[in-house]
Formats: sequence, C-alpha cells, structure tokens
Amino acid sequence: MLVREQLTMSDYRDKDPLIHGIQSKIRVVPNFPKPGIMFQDITTLLLDPKAFKDTIDLFVERYKGKNISVVAGIEARGFIFGPPIALEIGAKFVPLRKPKKLPGKVISEEYVLEYGKDCLEMHVGAVEPGERALVVDDLIATGGTLCAAMQLLERVGAEVVECACVIELPDLKVEDMEYVSHLGLE
Amino acid sequence: MFAAENGLKGDPRLQAISNAIRVVPHFPKQGIMFQDITTLLLDHKAFKHTVDIFVERYKDMDISVVAGVEARGFMFGPSIALAIGAKFVPLRKPKKLPGEVIAEAYELEYGRDCLEMHVGAVEAGERAIVIDDLVATGGTLSAAIRLLERVGAQVVECGCVIGLREVKGQLRLNGKPLYILVEPREIDGC
Repeated sequence: MLVREQLTMSDYRDKDPLIHGIQSKIRVVPNFPKPGIMFQDITTLLLDPKAFKDTIDLFVERYKGKNISVVAGIEARGFIFGPPIALEIGAKFVPLRKPKKLPGKVISEEYVLEYGKDCLEMHVGAVEPGERALVVDDLIATGGTLCAAMQLLERVGAEVVECACVIELPDLKVEDMEYVSHLGLE
Repeated sequence: MFAAENGLKGDPRLQAISNAIRVVPHFPKQGIMFQDITTLLLDHKAFKHTVDIFVERYKDMDISVVAGVEARGFMFGPSIALAIGAKFVPLRKPKKLPGEVIAEAYELEYGRDCLEMHVGAVEAGERAIVIDDLVATGGTLSAAIRLLERVGAQVVECGCVIGLREVKGQLRLNGKPLYILVEPREIDGC
C-alpha cells in the first residue's frame, strides 16, 4: 500500500516560490556514478545558505509540535539534513549507517540493490519502543534504503511517522512505502 | 586550544557534553578506546550545547565556509553553517562527490587515504572553518586544510568536539588553530 504526498500539491501552495528556489539549487550531474544515471547533486543546495535554510525550515514547520522524538538519518547525505531538523524540533538524531561503522551493539537490516545487497545498521538502545520517528534522506529512488530504515525502527518498537526526502525520482517504482513526504522536487 | 581554557572555564555545558559521549573499548580494533559521539546526538540538550558553543565562537568571525569531514563532520557542520549563515561544504572519501573534484592524500597508521572537495564550492579569499567530531593525529584535518588553501581560501580554525591534549600531529596542522570542546574519556563511569 503506497501513500505519497507532495508538499507542493495541496497544503503548501504558498510555499511554491521557496520550493522553486530550492529546486533551482540542485545540480544534475549526468552519467554519475555510471552511464545513464542523472545524479541529483544536493551539494550545490548546501552552498546557498538561504536555500539550505529554507529546506530545513520547510521540514521543521511540518514536523514540529507532532511529538516526534527521533530523527533517523541515512548515511551519509541524511546526516546533512537530519541533525538540523532534529535540533529544531527537539528530537534525538540517530545515524543509520553502512556495516561496521557504528561502534557497540547494533541491529542490521539487509536491502536489495540493483545488483546485489547492502545493509543498514542502527545502535541498540538508541530508540525506545513507542517513540515517534522520522526517517530523513536527501533522495528517494526505489525506496529500498528507506524501507530498511523503517524496518530497523519498527523492529525496536518505534512508530515511523513519515519519511522525509528533499528529492523524489518519479520514474522509479516505490513499493511498500507507508507514507513518504518530499518537497516535490524532480 | 580547549574551550575550557578559552573563555568557557566552568561552563556546565562542557561537562554535559563530555558526559554524553560514550567510550567503546577495542573498536575498531584492540587497544583503541573509541569516543562514540552518537550518544551525544541522542541527548538533545547536549547536542544543542555542542552546536551553540561553536556558533557563539564563529558567528562574528566573518566565516563564509563550514567544511565538514565525512561522515561525522556532517553531523555537526551543517547546523553550525546554518546558524552562522555560511555555506556547508562536504569533504568526502574518493568517488562519492559527483562532478569535478580536487583530491588530497593523507597518511593513515597503515597506508593512505584521500579526501575530495568539489571544484567551485569554495572561492579564493573565503574564510573557512573545518569541523569534525574528533582530532587524533591531525592527518585528516591537515588534508582538509590543504584542500581549502589550494583553492585560495583562508582556514581560520578547525573545530572538533573531542581532541587529545597533545595532538601528535600538531605540526601537521600547519600552525592553524585547533579549537576543541572536550578531552577523550578513558572509560565509561556508568
């Protein structure tokens, strides 16, 4: 069951100029990391303090006051957007990392890549049952990584309120996503 | 230089930050007492204090670039950049940044690694700081400084949450000031 909501569509019509401002700062790099892929590069967004701040502010406005105590960010670009959101809404930040990066005890969740598999890890004890959580990443493509992230959080008894991404690639199929929110940038 | 010896003596925030850091023995290998900042990130107040202290220090220094070293520098750098109105520039392991990059090699205990920065991210004459969670030998920070200087930026300071009192590679920071919030802890009290 897939429910997706684009912030540009309904609730945030008056935010259109902000969103267009953000979108214009994202750079497309053709054929990276391999031929045929048009890579959505958010580093140019980070070079524009106002556009970067607008991005964070849009997410903060959406999530503050909703009793969210956990912001989980996916390595590595989720580490750039997640912590500022967490700090503003009063939540903890939980990094979800590639294998063997987190010290101490972890739980792991495997996910499928185009060719092969990868794995996401989270610290045991970082999140408690009943906590309300967000997952943050820069981009959603197939949703594979986000699904693994949601699984990790749900396995420890947290409630994933939403996945928040700056960019969505619309042409790729997203399966098994409960609720994804993004800024509607394509 | 340590925050406690530079204007923040007795500041209770520093103790809170230190207490929030977890020591994980023998990670990634035997003998290393790993300073784990993820527990600091779980403590909203202490995490906020960390960012606030850096922001207070840098907000009036005319800094236009905050460079963060992958990956834990990404957890602190952007919040500082946002608060002081600077751009955030990620410094990454090889092949992660799309587009044109410049690269700087640096020494590891065994072997070498490499740090990359986007061409055009930083302009000549910009005033920059480099942020990371921890400084050990200073090898990574030195590579970061070299990248920024190669494009003509002025590195004002390197800011780290944790650092040793005597940085072994102090000379390798090329005389650039190093601002550290807390020292590493030996072992967890609790």
